[in-house]
Amino acid sequence: MSNKLNHSMSLASPDAFHISTKQKFALGIGLVGLLILALALFNVNLPNTALFLTLAIGLISVGIVVYSREAYLTKLEGIKNDGTWFKSISSRGFWGWALGIILTSFYIVLYFYPQYLGLAKDGAPNTGLVGLFDPLSNLLSGRNASQWFVYGSLYTIAILAFGYKFILKYRHNRYQQIRTMSVMFFQLGFAFLIPEFMYVMNNDLPYYDLKSVWPLNYYLFDEWSVKGFLSNGNLGLALIIFGIVSTFLITPILTYKYGKRWYCSWVCGCGGLAETAGDSFRQLSSKKLSAWKLERWLIHTVLVFSVVMTTAMVYSYLGKDSNNFWLTRDVFITSVIVFLTIIFAAVMYFRGKELGKDAKAGAIGYAVVIALLLFMHFTSTTEQLFFVKGTALRSTYGIYIGSIFSGVIGTGFYPILGSRSWCRFGCPMAAILGFQQRMFSKFRITTNGGQCISCGNCSNSCEMGIDVRAYAQKGENIVRSSCVGCGVCSAVCPRGVLKLENDSMEGRINPTEVLLGNDVDLMDFVNKK
Amino acid sequence: MEHIVIIGNGISGVTLARHVRKLSDKKITIVSAETDYFFSRTALMYVYMGHMKFEHTQPYENWFWKKNRIELKKGYVNSIDTDNKTLLFAEGDTLVYDKLIIATGSKPNKFGWPGQDLNGAQGLYSKQDLDSMEQIAPDNKACKRAVIVGGGLIGIEMAEMFNSRNIPVTFLVRESSFWNGVLPEGESQMINRHIKNHHIDLRLSTNLKEIKSDGNGNIKSIIIEETGEELECNFVGLTAGVSPNVSFLKDSKIEINRGILVNRYLETNVKDVYAIGDCAEQHEAIGNRRPIEAVWYTGRMMGETLAQTLCGNKLQYKPGHWFNSAKFLDIEYQTYGWVFGERGRPEYEKHFHWKHEDDTKCITVAYNKDTKAFLGINTFGIRMRHETFDTWLTEQRDVDYVINHLKEANFDPEFYKHFENQILETYNNQMQTA
Repeated sequence: MSNKLNHSMSLASPDAFHISTKQKFALGIGLVGLLILALALFNVNLPNTALFLTLAIGLISVGIVVYSREAYLTKLEGIKNDGTWFKSISSRGFWGWALGIILTSFYIVLYFYPQYLGLAKDGAPNTGLVGLFDPLSNLLSGRNASQWFVYGSLYTIAILAFGYKFILKYRHNRYQQIRTMSVMFFQLGFAFLIPEFMYVMNNDLPYYDLKSVWPLNYYLFDEWSVKGFLSNGNLGLALIIFGIVSTFLITPILTYKYGKRWYCSWVCGCGGLAETAGDSFRQLSSKKLSAWKLERWLIHTVLVFSVVMTTAMVYSYLGKDSNNFWLTRDVFITSVIVFLTIIFAAVMYFRGKELGKDAKAGAIGYAVVIALLLFMHFTSTTEQLFFVKGTALRSTYGIYIGSIFSGVIGTGFYPILGSRSWCRFGCPMAAILGFQQRMFSKFRITTNGGQCISCGNCSNSCEMGIDVRAYAQKGENIVRSSCVGCGVCSAVCPRGVLKLENDSMEGRINPTEVLLGNDVDLMDFVNKK
Repeated sequence: MEHIVIIGNGISGVTLARHVRKLSDKKITIVSAETDYFFSRTALMYVYMGHMKFEHTQPYENWFWKKNRIELKKGYVNSIDTDNKTLLFAEGDTLVYDKLIIATGSKPNKFGWPGQDLNGAQGLYSKQDLDSMEQIAPDNKACKRAVIVGGGLIGIEMAEMFNSRNIPVTFLVRESSFWNGVLPEGESQMINRHIKNHHIDLRLSTNLKEIKSDGNGNIKSIIIEETGEELECNFVGLTAGVSPNVSFLKDSKIEINRGILVNRYLETNVKDVYAIGDCAEQHEAIGNRRPIEAVWYTGRMMGETLAQTLCGNKLQYKPGHWFNSAKFLDIEYQTYGWVFGERGRPEYEKHFHWKHEDDTKCITVAYNKDTKAFLGINTFGIRMRHETFDTWLTEQRDVDYVINHLKEANFDPEFYKHFENQILETYNNQMQTA
C-alpha cells in the first residue's frame, strides 16, 4: 500500500503539499473576516456594524483572492489537482470533517433556530449576525435583514470569491471560465440583487428568484405565493406567467438544445455554489454502481413527491364551482392527469425499446402518481388531503426536502459526500431535466475513438458520481441523465478523449464492442453481431 | 469446460478475458503476482501526484470479477511445463490450462550502469515501483534531488511527478533534443522549452556514467559521463525504455527473442500457447510498426483479436491506422497515421509544420512529396478527432484536403480558440514559396 494515503487524518500534515507563506497570510486575513462574523454571531457588541460588515466581507474576499492568485498564477496554465487526495480538507480528513460539522450546524441553526443568529421577533431590532447585515439590507431594499438575507449574502460572496478562484484554476479553459462567469452573474443578479430591487419597486411581491424554476422552487405555486403575485396587478401576473412558461416551455427547449447543463451548471444557484465553493470536494462523490442505483430511486421518489405535493397544494385552494373561476378542482386534476399521461405515452411510444427494463420502473412510477392523485381527489375535503391537513403535507416537504435534504445534507455534507449530493440524489428539477436529457436532447459527451487509457481522472473528478471512464474506455458516448455538463471530465482528461457536444440525436447513444484502432473487419464483425 | 489461463492482469490480459467471457462460457483464470485486481498502469503517476487514490485507478469494482466468473489467482509463475500444460508457481502450487495466454508486459531497461540496483534506482512500471517511489521520495526533505535517466514518455511523467512534490529534478537525455527519435525537430524543441519552463534541469546529450552508493545500499549521487560532474541525489529514475518481461520462459519450450515470438494469429511456436501485449514480438513487423509494440492501445487490440480466435472465429492481428497519445507536463499530444522524426524518416516523407506563438501548440502534417498523399499528423495542444483522421487515412486523402478540412477534425472543448484559418494561411504561404 502506498503509505501516503493514510495521512489525511493528520493535523500536522507531513506531506510536501505545504502552502506558501503568502497563502498562510491570505488564510489569516480570511479567518479574521470570519472571526468578525463569529463575534457578531456570539453577540459581541460591535460599535459600527456597517464598518465591521464591510471589513468582514472585504477580508474574506481578499483572503480568497490572494490565496487563489498565489496558488495558480505562480504556476504555468494547466490542470491543478496536485495533492487533492493528500490534503486533509479535500480527502475526508480531520479538516474535512470539521468543516462538514460547522457547515451542517450552520444550516440547522439557519433553518430551525434563526433566533440564535440574532433574528428579532415582533419588530424588535435585530442583534447578532443578522443585525450585522442590517446596514447592507437597508442599503439595498430599505428594510432590516432577515436570516435569509444573511444567508443569501454569504452565499453570493462564496460564489463570487470561489468563482474567481475557479476561473484562475482553469485559466487555460474558456468553457470553464465562461460557465463560471455565468453562474456568478446569475447568482449576483437574479438571486441576490433583482429580488431586493423588486421589493423596493413593490414591497407586496413575494420573493422571487426568476431563475429558480418549479419544481426546484417548490413554493412558487403555494397559495400565499400565487395570491401574492395575483394581488399585484400586471407585474405579479407577468411573474407568475413567467414561472409557468419557464417550467413548461423555456426549460424543455433549452434542454433539448444544450442538455440540462444550461441550467444545472450555468444558471442554477445550488449548482453555482457546487461549482465554485464546492469545487474542492467534487472528487468525493461515490462512483459505485450501488450509489447510482440509490440515486435513481431517491431522486425519482422526490420527484413523485414533489409533483403530487404541488398538485395537492394548488388543488387545495381551488374551488369546486366553475361559475367563480374556470379552473376548478375537477378541471385541474383532470388536466394534470391528461398531461402526465400524454408524456408517459409519448415516452413509451418513442423510447420504450431503448428504456428496456427501466420502462417497467417508469410505468410503476406513473401508476403511483396517478393513483395518488385520484386517491386524493376522491378522499379530500376542504381541509384535508390524503386524510392529513393540506398545510402539514406541504410543510413536511419543506422541512425534509427543501431544508434538510437540499441545505443541511446537500451543502453541509460537501466535504463528506462531494459537492452535488443534493443535485444528484434529491433535486426534482434535476430529475426532470435529466429525464429529458436522456430521452430527448442533442447533448452528449463524445468519446474520442480509441484514445482512452482508462486512467480514471474523468470519473474521479465527476461531481455527479458518473463513472465516466466506464463509457470512455468502451468508446461509448456518455448520455446520462445526471450529467450536469460541467465539463471538468473533459478538462482533466490527459489524452483529449472527452468533448461536450450538441449534435444530432441520431447515433448519440452508440454502444460499441471493439474500439477504433483495430482493423475495420474486426470492428464490423463484432459491432454488427 | 475449456480452461483459459491468462498470465498477467494488465490491459491486454483483462481485455482478452472480458471478450472471451462475452463470447463464451469457458472457464477463465487470470494470474498475477503484482496486484489483486486490474488497475490502469498509465494512471500510477496520478496517485503519486495526489490527483487520485490507487483504488481510483481500478476500472472495475471488485465484485466485477466474480459476477463475470473470471477467477483471479495471485501468484508468481516460475516456469511453464508446456508438455503437461501446467504452470509452476513460486509458491509451490501448480495450475493446469487448456489454452495459455502470456500477457506479462514489460520491465524497465537497465543498461549495466554501476549502481543500477541500489535502493532508489528504479523505473516506473509496476505498483511496486510506485510504492517504493513513495517510500524513498515522499517529499523534498527525504529526497533532496531526483535524477531521471532517459528522455521518453515515462521519463517526463516521472519529472512531472517529482515536480508536484517540489522535489528538484535533473533530467538526463541521451539525445540532442527530447524524444527526437520519434518527434520531428520543431515539436521536440518546443517540448524542451516547456520542460525548462517547469524549472526542470534538462540536460540534453548527457549520459549517466554511474550511480554512487552512500555505503548503506542507498543512493548518494550520480556521475555524468560527459563532464564527470557529480550530482547529489536520493533517487535515480531509470526510464530508458522497457523490454518484454519474459525471463521466466528461458527454460521453457516457448521460443523467445527479445519478446515471445508470435505469428499474426498471436500464436507461439507451442500449440495452445499465445502471447499478447508488450511481451509479444511479431516475427515480422506489421507495416511501419515495430515488432514489439509496448503501447496501451495495441495491447488492448491484441486482446480483442485473440478473444475472437479463442472462441472459434480465427482472426489475424491486423491493427488499423496507427494512433497514439501522451501528455508532456501541460501539453497534450496526439498522433494519427505516421509522422517520423529525423531518424528513420522515409525519403518521400515531407512535413508541414505550424506552431502557435505562445509556444504550447503546434501541428506537424506528414505527406508524400511526390503524390501529396496525407501520411499522418502530430498535434500538440489541440485535440483532434480520432474517427475523422481514421476515415481520412482510409480514404487516402491528400494533404491539401486535410489542411482545408482541419476544422472538421477539431476536438477541443467548446469556446476554445480555433487556429484552422491561421494554419491554412501558413500552409498556403509555405506552399507558394516552395
